[in-house]
Amino acid sequence: MGMTMTQKILAAAAGLSEVKAGQLIEADLDLVLGNDITSPVAIHEMDKFTAEGVFHKDKIALVMDHFAPNKDIKSAQHCKCVREFAAKHEISNYFDVGEMGIEHALLPEQGLTVAGDVIIGADSHTCTYGALGAFSTGVGSTDMAAGMATGKAWFKVPSAIKFHIVGKPSKWVSGKDVILHIIGMIGVDGALYKSLEFAGEGIANLSMDDRFTIANMAIEAGAKNGIFPVDTLAESYMKEHSQRPYKIYEADEDAEYDEEYTIDLSTLKSTVSFPHLPENTRKIDEVGDVKIDQVVIGSCTNGRLDDLRTAAEVMKGKKVAKGIRCIVIPATQRIYLEAMEEGLLRTFIEAGAIVSTPTCGPCLGGYMGILAEGERCVSTTNRNFVGRMGHVESEVYLASPAVAAASAITGKISAPEE
Amino acid sequence: MKASGTVFKYGDNVDTDVIIPARYLNSSDPKELAEHCMEDIDKDFVNKVKAGDLIVADKNFGCGSSREHAPIAIKAAGVSCVIAETFARIFYRNAINIGLPIIECPEAAKGIEAGDEVEVDFDSGIITNKTKGLTFQGQAFPEFMQKIIKSEGLINYINKKQ
Repeated sequence: MGMTMTQKILAAAAGLSEVKAGQLIEADLDLVLGNDITSPVAIHEMDKFTAEGVFHKDKIALVMDHFAPNKDIKSAQHCKCVREFAAKHEISNYFDVGEMGIEHALLPEQGLTVAGDVIIGADSHTCTYGALGAFSTGVGSTDMAAGMATGKAWFKVPSAIKFHIVGKPSKWVSGKDVILHIIGMIGVDGALYKSLEFAGEGIANLSMDDRFTIANMAIEAGAKNGIFPVDTLAESYMKEHSQRPYKIYEADEDAEYDEEYTIDLSTLKSTVSFPHLPENTRKIDEVGDVKIDQVVIGSCTNGRLDDLRTAAEVMKGKKVAKGIRCIVIPATQRIYLEAMEEGLLRTFIEAGAIVSTPTCGPCLGGYMGILAEGERCVSTTNRNFVGRMGHVESEVYLASPAVAAASAITGKISAPEE
Repeated sequence: MKASGTVFKYGDNVDTDVIIPARYLNSSDPKELAEHCMEDIDKDFVNKVKAGDLIVADKNFGCGSSREHAPIAIKAAGVSCVIAETFARIFYRNAINIGLPIIECPEAAKGIEAGDEVEVDFDSGIITNKTKGLTFQGQAFPEFMQKIIKSEGLINYINKKQ
């Protein structure tokens, strides 16, 4: 029996010729990631190891992005703890204010994630790097500590759900709409413990930023990882961003999948997830009259250059509706600079939006856009759980940058076509 | 090893944001986290929970963020075991890695209500609802995970191996 793309990567990393779904393996890691919330817990765990030090100072990435620039004294203490750890162990990929960006936008941009890698990160959206044909998955702080110390992690080999992507999306349909559609279809636990494997000629019609968005939200269907085949677009992205050699794995022709679906991009519409689960999706023409208070455009899901370009195209020459707070957060310093050079930031500011330094901030209700009781936000982020962005009686509606930008202009959830 | 206590019952998709809201993640102190455990789904939880009590939930418990603060908060609040129909995978790993006992058992999730007195035998996986006089067979852990649990967490397991 053949192996899926994920299984092939895991087999190679475990030094095995073959693995099967359900098998427990120990795999060598190419990168171990943590942020300012999860790393302090991991660093504390590191003290319990009898062995000293880290497995490889260049294969650990520590990114201060969630509550940085420090939102309060406790967050400052956390960042200080990680900063001191990075200095002590000479961690080469330590990213602090000035260099940092939102981790899952930053690491591919810095060339730290390439096809064939096995990556764990103490952040659930670590699955983002599957867009480049890597196996990457979120873990907790203890797994991160063990990874930093030993360079290894245990995995249960996942089975997979296959998505054949065909067709070409219409102008305002993006990767966000694709993944929200999929989560709406299979549910927030539809892929529990499994891989989402994408295939088909329609992938050529998805930009790298679309693919990062899709792989990023695999976790919102419960998946262990989401992974794309490596095509010329992915290869040119890696050549542009990374010096590291990459290895391309392909699923076997006779690989078995638990389920298979076909997604015709040409039939998709802008999609919105209603509170309080990402699976509560509605097509844009079914949303009704939902008045809002705030719009957030950013995050590891949708803070990349394509996302900002789309939002700016919608907002160009228009004004954010009276009473709406619109917060735009470029995901990395480089994206910020490119958005500035392209004039996108001017468009946002002239429209009455604010532009923030890179941070995860409002996505998880940290800071920079917390919601009050009864307030509603249209957000390009990834979760709309109860209290996710602030008060337990507030509401988050997940949408694409195009829908978020259009909603900022009208003051209610709106299609970009309007 | 056994756990025994009163049950707090929740439904599907209890996410880590309601288990421990991100506004408290500027701390990693278990005691401080425990003070806000389940705050956004059950404000009374921290006032009512006693050492040894259990959480029972339906499917996909612990979905969302990878924050280990979630199982840490539950454990530090005194909860002796979480039983669910299914667990989200990162929560599942985290619970095992920090030594919070968890058991998947769809029948128990259906056959236990809030306030029931429940006992769990970790060696046999047998769950007893003492209030209703029902027993359920929970799923046993693979041998590898049992070793981690017996070592009281992943770090001790790795230390022993080396």
